[in-house]
Amino acid sequence: MARPTSPRRPIFNANRLLALILGLPVLAGVAGTLLPAFGYLPALGGFRFTLDHFAELAGLPHILRSTLTGLAAGLVTTSIAVTIVGIFMAGFAGSPIFSRVQHMVSPLLAVPHAAAAFALAFLIAPSGFVLRLVSPEMTGFSRPPQWLVPNDPLGLSLIAGLITKEVPFLFLVALAACPQLPLRQSRQLTAALGYGRLSGFLISLWPALYRQIRLAVFAVLVYSVSVVDVAIVLGPQLPTTLPVRIARWASDPELLARFLASAAALLQLAVVVAAMATWILIERLGKLLLTRLTSSGRRFRSDGAVRLASALAMAACAILVFLGLAILGLWSVAGFWPFPDALPASVTPRTWLRTLPLLGAALGTTITLALFAASLALLTAILLLHRNGAKGSAGNGIGYKSLYLPLLLPEISFVFGLQILIAAAGFKPAFASVLAAHYLFVLPYVLLSLAAPWRELDPRFERIAAGFGKSSLRILLTVRLPMLFRACLTAFAVGFSVSISLYLPTLLIGAGRLTTIATETVALSSGGDRRVIGVYALVQAFLPFLAFLVASLAPQLLFRNRRAMRT
Amino acid sequence: MQEIAEANSSAGAKSLTLSNVEIRLGGRALLALSATVMPGEILTVMGPSGSGKSTLLAYVGGFLDPAFDASGRVLIGDEDITELASNRRHVGILFQDPLLLPHLSVGGNLLFAIPQRVKGHKARRELAEAALEEVELAGFFDRDPETLSGGQKARVALQRVLVSAPRFLLLDEPFSKLDAALRQQTRELVFSKAKAAGLPTILVTHDSADAKGAGGPVIEIAAGEEV
Repeated sequence: MARPTSPRRPIFNANRLLALILGLPVLAGVAGTLLPAFGYLPALGGFRFTLDHFAELAGLPHILRSTLTGLAAGLVTTSIAVTIVGIFMAGFAGSPIFSRVQHMVSPLLAVPHAAAAFALAFLIAPSGFVLRLVSPEMTGFSRPPQWLVPNDPLGLSLIAGLITKEVPFLFLVALAACPQLPLRQSRQLTAALGYGRLSGFLISLWPALYRQIRLAVFAVLVYSVSVVDVAIVLGPQLPTTLPVRIARWASDPELLARFLASAAALLQLAVVVAAMATWILIERLGKLLLTRLTSSGRRFRSDGAVRLASALAMAACAILVFLGLAILGLWSVAGFWPFPDALPASVTPRTWLRTLPLLGAALGTTITLALFAASLALLTAILLLHRNGAKGSAGNGIGYKSLYLPLLLPEISFVFGLQILIAAAGFKPAFASVLAAHYLFVLPYVLLSLAAPWRELDPRFERIAAGFGKSSLRILLTVRLPMLFRACLTAFAVGFSVSISLYLPTLLIGAGRLTTIATETVALSSGGDRRVIGVYALVQAFLPFLAFLVASLAPQLLFRNRRAMRT
Repeated sequence: MQEIAEANSSAGAKSLTLSNVEIRLGGRALLALSATVMPGEILTVMGPSGSGKSTLLAYVGGFLDPAFDASGRVLIGDEDITELASNRRHVGILFQDPLLLPHLSVGGNLLFAIPQRVKGHKARRELAEAALEEVELAGFFDRDPETLSGGQKARVALQRVLVSAPRFLLLDEPFSKLDAALRQQTRELVFSKAKAAGLPTILVTHDSADAKGAGGPVIEIAAGEEV
């Protein structure tokens, strides 16, 4: 049997390697959380297994409320985000409006969570832009009202903030799954049978589409239930959601709070499991409804209003965040700006001049971390994809799924454990350990971003090169990588942006000794000067855009004499 | 072409032999054949799409998907290359698309293909320039392949394969995407060059005009059946 070019059976299957790279630290982190939760942490004098820390946790004021608001906010966010994306796909996939909204929403993905949260906060706060626009004419307010917005106790602002970021993510994942659907045929078939666009899509295509995006939906659920940075900016205070409280205990100078943090991190893990179980119930219910709908034969021909609403909701996500960023920018240069003036009385560079020198060190750390994490992740991704061949990356093997491992567990539950392990092993929190944590979160996104273009490259180019006698490494370096240059840069930019936005891993692993723009920005949220927040949030939002700009311009410059390489 | 063939050929041309080749997919026999292709001879394998002709080329070239089972031997002269990796077979392939590497210049594409044993920047460049001149593309060395016409691209692709000094040629419906006038012209050029270089060649096609033009033996295979 001749199988000369199939790569020699690797000793290490690339999928298993990936599962190891991502799985080992995640599981170690969970273990590092588990033991202290039951009282075992020799470094802090905990040698005895006990349930005391759980008892202490249960006795804390408002602990149930903290737990439930986080859980509810996550479930509501996920339901609404899936609904918006689902209805929008159903109503518009394949239409011209679709690509217009797509261009509007895609850049949103690059905006770091914290910056987007501040953008929203600056719009909706009692002294925010929206109320200024309509005051005092329509509201009669000459002073900002005493509303608890953002940080409302029900978590509505938190939900809104999460939705603006999770909708673009789910949308782009769904978009990537779209080519595998028989879109046009199904549309024609269901239209011929008299179904509306929405119901036709839901009946014929939604189940297949949902299967493809399901892991991403769970990632959204886990993220929303466990989010820290957005919840600090937009979420309820007194009590804050559980993950925020855990983050505070975990970075408490009083080291004994670590035991409490561990117990709470375990509780958070249980919350995530509960959220997943609830979501699976919601899925069942949805399936049942869809089956009912299908067999009822109802056509739902007049669905225009619902479709329009979904398009507006999609657009609103983009408009809110970008308008909010503009307001952030305005604040950063605002002179005197009393309520209810819609615009500042004067514009001054003073805040920037004052803040930039302070920001320098954190900016340097942030960029260095992001460059290293993205480069390492890109190298790993190339290595794994090369090792796997085009086939493996397409498969649904266990390795490919292990990509989602760091995204399907609450960050706080294993990153905190890693922090404890690192300390227990006697390492000082330093650049290298924070970099390792960033790498863990950056790699999945880089790999996801590169896998599709890697698969789509015409294999015949490499066959021709093999015919010329080139080794597989030579072919990788001279054929595949140059042809995927743009895709590699995009994957790099994705990784860079993820690193820029990482808050919790930086905070916990860096143990406060390594500050980045993300940690500084979020730290400003309590009582920070609006003008300074404007500067930090803008800088944070600007960095990913810079990366994507470079990714799109570099091929133009490097290949200015090669037309096929510029598009 | 002569000069290039001579500058490059590793040894005198040898025949290509397929001995009891049988390819199966999931237990079902796709095709079975034995043939010897002499130097300068073009064996045409004809069959409708789905008949496994391209699978045959993948097997001979060493690119067969592991999903297939294959048995039999492939020989160059009396050297058995069945177990050899594709990048040690010295196989020249032309597909229906020219597949010029978009990040390289026209000349860069040729330099990429010229064997390592041609040493020295100057010698390699001269060889590439000469190959372009032969197909009326003198002065195209620095051009972006994307700016070439379909016929010009096809000619660059042909010369790229020939300067790589292959031991045999595989043609996978290489003319099917060219328009009628260009097809005739390109066909003649490719066949005459292959013969002049003394290469044993296998052509798979569903166009009987290709088979006629090749002027060699023709094997017809039916869809999914044994021959």
